[in-house]
Amino acid sequence: MRSFRRTPAPQDAVDGSRADLRDVLALAAALGVVGASFGALAAAAGIPLPIVAGMSLIVFAGGSQFLVVAVVAAGGGVLAAVVGGLLLNARHIPFGLAMAPVVADRSLGRILGAHVLIDEAVAFSRARGTGPRARRAFWACGISFFVLWNVGTLVGTVAGAAVPDPNSFGIDSAFPAALLALLLPGLRVADARRVGLGAAAVALVATPFLPPGLPVLAGLAGLAVAGSAPASKAAS
Amino acid sequence: MTWTAVLVLGGGTYLMRLSGLLLRGRVEVPAKVQRLLDLGATALLVALAATAALTEAGGFAGWARPAGVAVGALSVVLKVPFVLVVLLAAGTTAGLRLLGVP
Repeated sequence: MRSFRRTPAPQDAVDGSRADLRDVLALAAALGVVGASFGALAAAAGIPLPIVAGMSLIVFAGGSQFLVVAVVAAGGGVLAAVVGGLLLNARHIPFGLAMAPVVADRSLGRILGAHVLIDEAVAFSRARGTGPRARRAFWACGISFFVLWNVGTLVGTVAGAAVPDPNSFGIDSAFPAALLALLLPGLRVADARRVGLGAAAVALVATPFLPPGLPVLAGLAGLAVAGSAPASKAAS
Repeated sequence: MTWTAVLVLGGGTYLMRLSGLLLRGRVEVPAKVQRLLDLGATALLVALAATAALTEAGGFAGWARPAGVAVGALSVVLKVPFVLVVLLAAGTTAGLRLLGVP
């Protein structure tokens, strides 16, 4: 992520992109593993293979895909599953509002980029600012995550029960840790730190009481402590 | 699970993703609003990280996961490279589970 001081500026940009690509591919590999476990779980729930593969291609939102499969596997209604999944994905509206200038300048780019706007891609590119490096990071994330997620799903549906529980590798802590690694540098700014702490507190308190997805949205209440922009941020 | 369900979930999710991206293009966003949009994304991502680190199905996720995430966070503070942060977090959680920590 960091390059040596002595390196001249243009080289720096290349190094930065290379390091970014390495980090993106590491996350993509982890997503592939989770995709395989999704495929295996969905197949075990008796969902036909074309529908499992279609879900990863068309929905491409891991949390909601797991939710839908869990509801169906538990004998719940498909309607409830779909409504729950949509609720879980509602956070993508504010993500889109914040990410639009990074994703693309023209509508066509945004129409394509919308499909690969997922949490990890948002976090990753936001950690690279708002310039060309952030845009490259977004598309590198979007494309590689999409490919690995779908390849993983296919492998999982075919391998089925042979896929071990990814939690035994600690994959479930890899994603929050990756998010934190991407978020912590930005949280050095006072207003972002206040908002982040408020958001985490509200979401955690709300978790036992609200259906999946809403606690994270409730985290937007953290904006109540945004206050005014810190002088240092305005100057930079 | 039917194709209709997949298409409704996929279509709805895509439209939500697209609406934010396209709305931003048509509306002139003042600096103050832009700051709130950026902070809003931060709020959602931190809330996501916190709930993913600590909770599972509406309850506590057990100690192995938050311990791994804490090791990850500590290594971020120590400026460990990103890939290693992720591996340390996963390794800690996997190791604790091997030892029988839930």
